[in-house]
Amino acid sequence: MNTAPPTPVAPKAPVVVFIGNPNTGKSTLFNMLTSSTVPVSNYTGTTVGCHTAAMPLSERTPVHAVDVPGTYSLAARSEDERLAIDAVLGIGARPRPDLLVVLVDPARLARSLYLVLQLIELKQPMVVCANMMDEAAARGELPDLVELERLLGVPVVGISARDGQGVDELRRVIERELRSPSPARRSPVEWPQPLAAYADEAEALLGPAMRLIAGKNPERKRALGAWLLLSIDGDDALRDAKDLPHDAALALHRRAKSEGLDLVAGLVAMRYRWIDANLPSVMPPASTATTVTDRIDAWLTHPVSGLAIFLATMATLFTALFAGSDPAIALVDSVVSSLASLVRQGVGDLALAHPAIAPTLNLVGELVAEGVLGGVGTLIAFVPQLALLFLFISVLEDCGYLARAAQMADRLLRAAGLPGQAFVPLLSGYACAVPAILATRTMPRERDRLLTMMVIPFTSCSARLPVYTLLIATVFPVGTCMGMPIRPVVLFAMYVFSALATLTAAVVLGRTAFAEPPQATVLELPPFRAPHWPVIFAQVFRKIRSFLSETGGPILFATLVLWGLLTFPRQDPVDLLPPQVVAAAQGRADVLAAKARPLQLERSYAGQLGHAMEPVIAPLGFDWRVGVGLVGAFAAREVFVTTMGVVYDVDPAEDVDSSLRARMAAARWPNGSLIHTPLMGASLMVFFALALQCTSTLTVLYRETRSWRWPLLIFVYSGLIAWTASFIVFQGGQLLGYR
Amino acid sequence: MTLDQLELGATAPIEEVGGEGSFRRRLLELGMLPGTPVTRTGQAPLGDPLSFRVRGAVLALRRADAMTIHVSDSEAR
Repeated sequence: MNTAPPTPVAPKAPVVVFIGNPNTGKSTLFNMLTSSTVPVSNYTGTTVGCHTAAMPLSERTPVHAVDVPGTYSLAARSEDERLAIDAVLGIGARPRPDLLVVLVDPARLARSLYLVLQLIELKQPMVVCANMMDEAAARGELPDLVELERLLGVPVVGISARDGQGVDELRRVIERELRSPSPARRSPVEWPQPLAAYADEAEALLGPAMRLIAGKNPERKRALGAWLLLSIDGDDALRDAKDLPHDAALALHRRAKSEGLDLVAGLVAMRYRWIDANLPSVMPPASTATTVTDRIDAWLTHPVSGLAIFLATMATLFTALFAGSDPAIALVDSVVSSLASLVRQGVGDLALAHPAIAPTLNLVGELVAEGVLGGVGTLIAFVPQLALLFLFISVLEDCGYLARAAQMADRLLRAAGLPGQAFVPLLSGYACAVPAILATRTMPRERDRLLTMMVIPFTSCSARLPVYTLLIATVFPVGTCMGMPIRPVVLFAMYVFSALATLTAAVVLGRTAFAEPPQATVLELPPFRAPHWPVIFAQVFRKIRSFLSETGGPILFATLVLWGLLTFPRQDPVDLLPPQVVAAAQGRADVLAAKARPLQLERSYAGQLGHAMEPVIAPLGFDWRVGVGLVGAFAAREVFVTTMGVVYDVDPAEDVDSSLRARMAAARWPNGSLIHTPLMGASLMVFFALALQCTSTLTVLYRETRSWRWPLLIFVYSGLIAWTASFIVFQGGQLLGYR
Repeated sequence: MTLDQLELGATAPIEEVGGEGSFRRRLLELGMLPGTPVTRTGQAPLGDPLSFRVRGAVLALRRADAMTIHVSDSEAR
């Protein structure tokens, strides 16, 4: 007998889906309606996805609000474009919406209505929300919303999300429609024959999941048939979708063509015919006067001033990322190291008081001081640059410049097979790959986004700079060569090399792993607006929080694992050191530990790895000590420098940089030849430029793609490329007689 | 003539949207249908892409893509 008490079932929260064309102020409204204190689960599913957030209404339990990425149509030719139809109909893992809020822009009402008509045909309960009514009023082009409501047969509300006008009214209408939905009306669009017959025939081809959604309503079924015909067009990327009858739909297209009928043009024109016939009764004729946007655009598109503004904007972004993140990172470092020394001191005192458990206490102290605090420090050091980058992108996007920058960069990146939107992420990569990878979220196409993420690790991030400066100062002389200062030229060459590697990788990957038919890019240039700060700050805050909550754990874990590799197995300093050194220490544990550090590291797992790696990396000119440094560099590339400091037993009290350089410059192979020659330095820098040795980057790639496939792929291929390139540099250089 | 040949500031109705597959569908769905007037509003500083005003929105199209769209020569103004 089952005596378990019935589990109380929470009333299912209603789902409200927000959808609309891009640049209709959807995220402004979404941020305003949803409570920013409730965690947002970003980017479910694949990489580009819907936001979900709780939306408090006055009476009901919180409503689930879903923000669909801006779209012009429900038709989908790829998996990422399917998001819209899936969210609207509740297909797959998507919750079934109880209400749609469709945002329209009065300035581009015809195109907004094209999407509205498709949704009306699907018989989904909805509210049409005309946003930016303040701008329409300022232009003297206020739409007649009462007439629009009459024509469409669905509730229409006018708002200005920026200043909050009409938002309370919208809330009331959403609440009313959730309580008692307005009856669905017939779509106002007339379906001419034979288009209607073709759409009905297409619907019968749909898979069971889609047919179940279609239900029995003939109008809804016909609309889904039309959706199928508009989605499958021969060069679509839906071939793997099980529920879509790809070949049968193409056969329908061919048959229509043989009858002289263009189904795509016919279905689109059918809706626009209705829009063109009815729009004049809603909208006054658009004025042709020059707008502020036109005047600004004249400057921005001017061959000289436009290019200058573009370069100045990007230079500001770049210097802000560098200049703004370095002091923050230094501050985090100093706070973390003073905390760590506090911990060490406290633990040291405890260990003196309890000699029996001293080794355990010391280990725990090191774990906290180096592993945990180090990991937290790594994580927090990302926050300032992330905040700066997100702020910059949000402002540029909000005021309308980001689209123009992308348009301009399109010409530059096209040869590499990347869209203009990849420019800002790639540029950010020169500061740090982690924010750069997160910045690709502004890219609408999954393929472009993945490709950009796959090449970002080749951009020369700021963590490579300390490695380059150490190596250059160690192996290259101060002098000049052919009138040019050697060291700065070598450093500059590394940046050029990184840019070339990035673009080459994009070209190669774009034509192999990411090969697809060339796609036309249609980019909309939104009107210029003053940035809306509350929403911008809310967005930056949300993005940082989601970064910390999603990526924080894995990055901490990776730091701890690396710490373990560099620390274990632990041996007693007395066993490691020669007896005379032990005697000279006169029993002082701290002196013994300091003396034993290089040997501890050599015997650690990382040290063993370095030795094991030597046969593999010796052809590149690297000895086992460089191998240990490479292992340490996985925490962050600049850790290479501190690891080398330990390996070469540099006294932290000395000037670490110059004494490390001196020791490295003097280090020799067993056969007596110098290890750190200019050629080896070049080989090692090439290796650093190409290899993805950064756990944070790998972690973020995993979080953003929701799979280990891409991070593993790039880790392996960049490692192979780095090894090969360094091999060519070192062995080729030796053949040519260089040292 | 094709859309890329439209002079700066000039407007002409679309005659035919060429191209194929998803590109053509996207242009049609953005309201670029036969008879729709299109105004050339500018171009990026590097000369490509070009920008056009269609139904109140400004769209950037690559020159090569604009060449697939035919506009009426005689009705351009």
